[in-house]
Amino acid sequence: MADHWTAKLDAYLDGELPADEMRELDAHLRGCPSCAADVLGRLQMKRAVHSAGMRYRPSPDFRERVRKNIAAKPRRSPMRGWLGAAVAVALVVVVGFVTLSVRRGEMRRQEAFSELADLHVATLASANPVDVISTDRHTVKPWFQGKIPFTFNLPELQGSEFILLGGRVAYLGQSPGAELIYQIRKHQISVFIFQDRGVGRELGSSAQPRKELSFNIETWNQSGLRYFVISDASGDDIRKLAQMLKAAS
Amino acid sequence: MPLFDQLYNFAHWLAQDRTEAEDLVQETYVKALKGLSSFQPGTNFRAWMYRILRNTFLTSRTGLKASATIALDADDSPELSAGPETPETILIEHSQHQFLQAALEALPVHFREVLLLCEVEEMSYQEIAEALSIPIGTVMSRLSRARKALRNSLQQKLVRS
Repeated sequence: MADHWTAKLDAYLDGELPADEMRELDAHLRGCPSCAADVLGRLQMKRAVHSAGMRYRPSPDFRERVRKNIAAKPRRSPMRGWLGAAVAVALVVVVGFVTLSVRRGEMRRQEAFSELADLHVATLASANPVDVISTDRHTVKPWFQGKIPFTFNLPELQGSEFILLGGRVAYLGQSPGAELIYQIRKHQISVFIFQDRGVGRELGSSAQPRKELSFNIETWNQSGLRYFVISDASGDDIRKLAQMLKAAS
Repeated sequence: MPLFDQLYNFAHWLAQDRTEAEDLVQETYVKALKGLSSFQPGTNFRAWMYRILRNTFLTSRTGLKASATIALDADDSPELSAGPETPETILIEHSQHQFLQAALEALPVHFREVLLLCEVEEMSYQEIAEALSIPIGTVMSRLSRARKALRNSLQQKLVRS
């Protein structure tokens, strides 16, 4: 065990080491089984804490209460001068939801959609969008064994324009599920699969892809699982991939 | 409204009580709205929101009680390595989620918050420093001690079980 590296393993896994040390440690790990095992243990712990830490969810009633409360607060009028771009963003985030539709169903639908859109965008923005990198469905599907409490089938892509890039575990409503990333031309598509225990039901069962804030989304329930296909790709592409997934299940 | 869920989760972990967590989140949004003028464009908005929430918590009754029990930062015990038969491997083998949650709950609040911001919110050290109003060096040392404390606590819990 190279002791001087041990103290840096956490910073390494947190992505906080300077680039040159990152490279040095990468190289060291390839030749040091003891450090490699140590890193693996720490990584498992990080993942376990990540998942155990996402524990509490606000109740819909509370969400509604805060929304109303904030909407009722008189805001200060002199907003000139400091309303820079970042503050504008802050305003949108803080009070934006106040202007959402007052119809409960519509709000819930928007929430469900925005959670999915967030998951999709966060994946694309991530430096490591997938945890299992493979274009082979026979590699990607088994990777999820033991990580999610169900199994699923993936379609054969030969002869189609779609490419499977890989997958990762995603959480929606505190339930673990699979996120698969496909590519068609320059567009990336997220396919989410969760147990159908009410997650995202607000989005309904769309037979046709729907357009929401420039994302196309299609969702359906099949064999006790709920599927979501979301992307900025065209509605036609979404529909084609959805049909292939339905046929495979 | 993703920040809402995240702030609520963090608040509940800090306060360990649903009603208190709701009060904290509610007050955070009210304060944020009132104090938008003090938000400096170009700085991190998420860290700013967490800072408001945490300061609100620290001045609450539960927060005052929790902060009164904060241990000193000094710690000379050697860095543990995570070899075979470590809390991590035992934990994974047993898939005992609740052990980890109980161990997190039992951590002192200054360890719990830094771990949650790093592992659950996936904040950078810089963001954590801003959210907790502490220097980045303190973030690193506190994280390291928090992880050590969590592993020790898990080890004890698993041995006892």
